[in-house]
Amino acid sequence: MKSSRRLFLAGAAAVTLLPFAAEATPEELAAAIKEVTGGAELRTGKVTLDIPPIVENGNTVPMTVSVESPMTADDYVKAIHVFNEKNPQPNVVSMQLGPRAGKAHVSTRVRLAGTQTLTAIAEMSDGTYWSDSQEVIVTLAACLEDLI
Amino acid sequence: MSARALINVPRKAKRGEVIEIKTLISHIMETGFRHGTTGELIPRDIITSFTCKYNGEEIFATQLYPAIAANPFVTFHTVATESGTLAFHWIGDNGFEMTEEAKIAVE
Repeated sequence: MKSSRRLFLAGAAAVTLLPFAAEATPEELAAAIKEVTGGAELRTGKVTLDIPPIVENGNTVPMTVSVESPMTADDYVKAIHVFNEKNPQPNVVSMQLGPRAGKAHVSTRVRLAGTQTLTAIAEMSDGTYWSDSQEVIVTLAACLEDLI
Repeated sequence: MSARALINVPRKAKRGEVIEIKTLISHIMETGFRHGTTGELIPRDIITSFTCKYNGEEIFATQLYPAIAANPFVTFHTVATESGTLAFHWIGDNGFEMTEEAKIAVE
């Protein structure tokens, strides 16, 4: 009896978790990051990922990425990439900047399918990569809910 | 397809000043991961790319993914180098295309 009850509970848990099976795997995330960095070393610092630590609605979450850089002709931020762990696709956004940006400071609004960690990566003109990660707690997840 | 875009560019700027540009475009950004009432997958319909040209020279480009919220809002900065036109261009699924312009006077 006991075992069948456990089995039932395990089954129920599996069914509840099923909708989240659509999330990107850690391998996909690693592959997406590698595609950007080409396997180069990822250093922490310089980048600031600004996103609320707790959000109620994952459908639209304001996010700002700023990178410390003089933004001169020979020292500037080439690109900013943002990745997530749990949406169906690891990419969030990629932005190409240049010395004419004057300031490496961009913002947009993102969708988050559940509580997860976001990673922002900055590609510098000297070929180095810098990153910053932030965990976001999401009460109402986006993306996975179906139309009723 | 018609869309509405809102652009916020300062009308006047001093030469060399770093200005903030804000853009917002109306678009559903359907992820392609959701199911409809009968269980079928709703096809993806998103804006995939956005670029900004300052007097013809590209100063900012971005690739958007389904993880971008509906009605994509993007802000970025640029150095006001000369008077002229900022041209904004969005491209998306199902042949979506939208162009918007803003003038800037640099003194």
